[in-house]
Amino acid sequence: MTRYLRTAIPFAVAVLLGPTLDAQPSSDSAAKRLRKPDSVAVAPQSAAPAAYMNIGFSGLADFGWSSEASVRSLQRGDHDPAVRGFTIPNMEISLGGAVDPFFRGFVDIVYKLDSEGETGVELEEAYLLTTSLRWNLQIKGGQFYTEFGRENQQHPHAWSYVDQPLVLNRMFGPDGLRGQGARLSWLVPTSWYTEAMVAVFNSVGETMYSFRTEESAEIHGGAPVEREVEGAGDLVVVPRVAASFEPTSTQIVLLGASAAFGPNNSGPATGTRVFGTDVYWKWKSAFAGQGFPFVSWQTEALYRAYDAAERVAADDASAVLPRETLTDHGIYSQLLWGIRPRIVAGLRAEFVSGNTAAFASELRADRTRIAPAFTWYPSEFSKLRFQYNFDDRQGIGQDHSLWVQFEFILGAHAAHRF
Amino acid sequence: MKPITLFAFVGAALLATSGANTPARARLNVVATTPDLAALARAIGGDAVDVKALAKPTEDPHFVDAKPSHIVTLNRADVLIEGGAELELGWLPPLLESARNAKIAAGAAGRIVASHGVTMLEIPVTFDRSRGDVHGRGNPHFLLDPLNVRIIVAAIADHLSRVDPSSAGVFAANLATFNATLDARFAEWQRLLTPHAGAKIVTYHRDFVYLAARFGLDVVETLEPKPGISPSGAHLARVISTMNAQGARVILVQPYQNRRTAETVARQTNATVLDLAQQPGAIARTDTYFDLMDHIVRTLATALVEKR
Repeated sequence: MTRYLRTAIPFAVAVLLGPTLDAQPSSDSAAKRLRKPDSVAVAPQSAAPAAYMNIGFSGLADFGWSSEASVRSLQRGDHDPAVRGFTIPNMEISLGGAVDPFFRGFVDIVYKLDSEGETGVELEEAYLLTTSLRWNLQIKGGQFYTEFGRENQQHPHAWSYVDQPLVLNRMFGPDGLRGQGARLSWLVPTSWYTEAMVAVFNSVGETMYSFRTEESAEIHGGAPVEREVEGAGDLVVVPRVAASFEPTSTQIVLLGASAAFGPNNSGPATGTRVFGTDVYWKWKSAFAGQGFPFVSWQTEALYRAYDAAERVAADDASAVLPRETLTDHGIYSQLLWGIRPRIVAGLRAEFVSGNTAAFASELRADRTRIAPAFTWYPSEFSKLRFQYNFDDRQGIGQDHSLWVQFEFILGAHAAHRF
Repeated sequence: MKPITLFAFVGAALLATSGANTPARARLNVVATTPDLAALARAIGGDAVDVKALAKPTEDPHFVDAKPSHIVTLNRADVLIEGGAELELGWLPPLLESARNAKIAAGAAGRIVASHGVTMLEIPVTFDRSRGDVHGRGNPHFLLDPLNVRIIVAAIADHLSRVDPSSAGVFAANLATFNATLDARFAEWQRLLTPHAGAKIVTYHRDFVYLAARFGLDVVETLEPKPGISPSGAHLARVISTMNAQGARVILVQPYQNRRTAETVARQTNATVLDLAQQPGAIARTDTYFDLMDHIVRTLATALVEKR
């Protein structure tokens, strides 16, 4: 078996990489063969070569007030405002560049201050990405945000609102769905954009909220069951298909369907299934200056079925909770209007809900939130955002919050994914 | 149907309806980031190439959406021509990551960076964004200098020939024809603008500096206080004062820039707002580089005569 693998693995890698990478001429040889125009001297390269690595820094700072004194109970996202007054929720160092002709590498390290002023550090992302495998394939490996839906794969500075959508918080926890794993993507050879991908992750950790996180008692009320990884069934599998078309030359539609399957730790052999669909539509003027004016609409809807085993209650060892399936669903829909260069108005509406279960978790109750926002970008490298949140939590009541967010960017020019 | 089975079914259906079995095309697929580079590629490639531009001629080339259809276009490209000098820095890198196309990887024969070989203007001494969104490799609007275009078309012909050696003769012939036409047109453009050497002009952004440098015009102000920074009232007051003091009577505006701001300044300076574009096709009957430059030079020369 070992001998077989020694032969088969290099062969598979060679087939995937193909001959094209080796066939690339070096830039030196390209320059030597560059013909000079007849009557104009070619000037030497007038700028220094780019650095081996792009380095960027983006900082987010929040300020505001909420009618809920315990702001963390209201703003549950890890990069949301945490307290009345000031919060530093996300100071992010981004590194990226070509590793060699075959891979690109990316690292995001986040520093943040909690509600008591303590500094926290997390390796948000660190992954390799292949550059040119055969058959339109691409592999990503490392620690990274899962491409489940649209917003989950975005870093906080790319969000259009101050806080994490409720439904993503409910399904994927405060940090979103990310983890250590690998993703295979296939750019389908259709005439329109279609990409199919599947990712696998370890199912353990705080960013695997609906799976085997230590905080799972918040969902099912029982004491978490620890178990070793025994096989493929202990991994989280995340398939996704996305497609895009353009109804007119100024409009774009991007549709996606995602799912996540994996074990949870309410019992020794229980699992979770999450399904999601997302739609993004954008109109941008054919005469857009600095990307304005535009109108965009983004909506994501998710459904989760969490199979909970018969379990001992976490807060009462004498109580046994029955075997049951906990189902939750939610949706957010947000509209943005880029009125004129550097000014964006937005409105987001959200709703989440869960079925009745033996353990009545506050985190699975119905909740509605409406949030108008206004953002001004003094330049491409800074922004000032104002957002009002109206919250209505079942069994708790209504709350009002007003948040101001400031962002600044240093270093390499940020590239904007669609 | 189990969910995982559903995804497998969808994937299989997409493969079945795909163009995977489409016969190879004889013509090179050339993708240019901007329409001006696309126009040059068409001139040199002729019938041996199919050319597509990613940016629209009327939109700001600094802020193109990295939309998914561009990923498909780049995935199938044999050649990519980019301006470089950080013009496309905000949108091209994520597209290339997703395109997974070795033929247009950095350093490949199919990758042309137009700014390579061009003598760049306005390279900052230090990288300092307090001076606005300046480009570290220099001002990227270099195609309005016809002599820079000579350098770029030579590079295009060279790369196309390396990617498709069987059409090298076609590319060489088209290059010779293009350069002959360029020589003739350049002489005409010089004849029209030389009498206005030293003329004061104002632009919205620092996007006509190469044209000004080549033909001896003097850009005395921009409506943007700094690159990428929106005009303020205080800055526009300074612009008006400078224009009146120095006798600048022409303001150049591109289709995606705020014409009303220019009109406001023009009313207080007895100036004329000229609708010019750097991209072929942004203004009617300017589909080729020569048509575009003809329009720019003649419009500018006419306005400078009227405002003399």
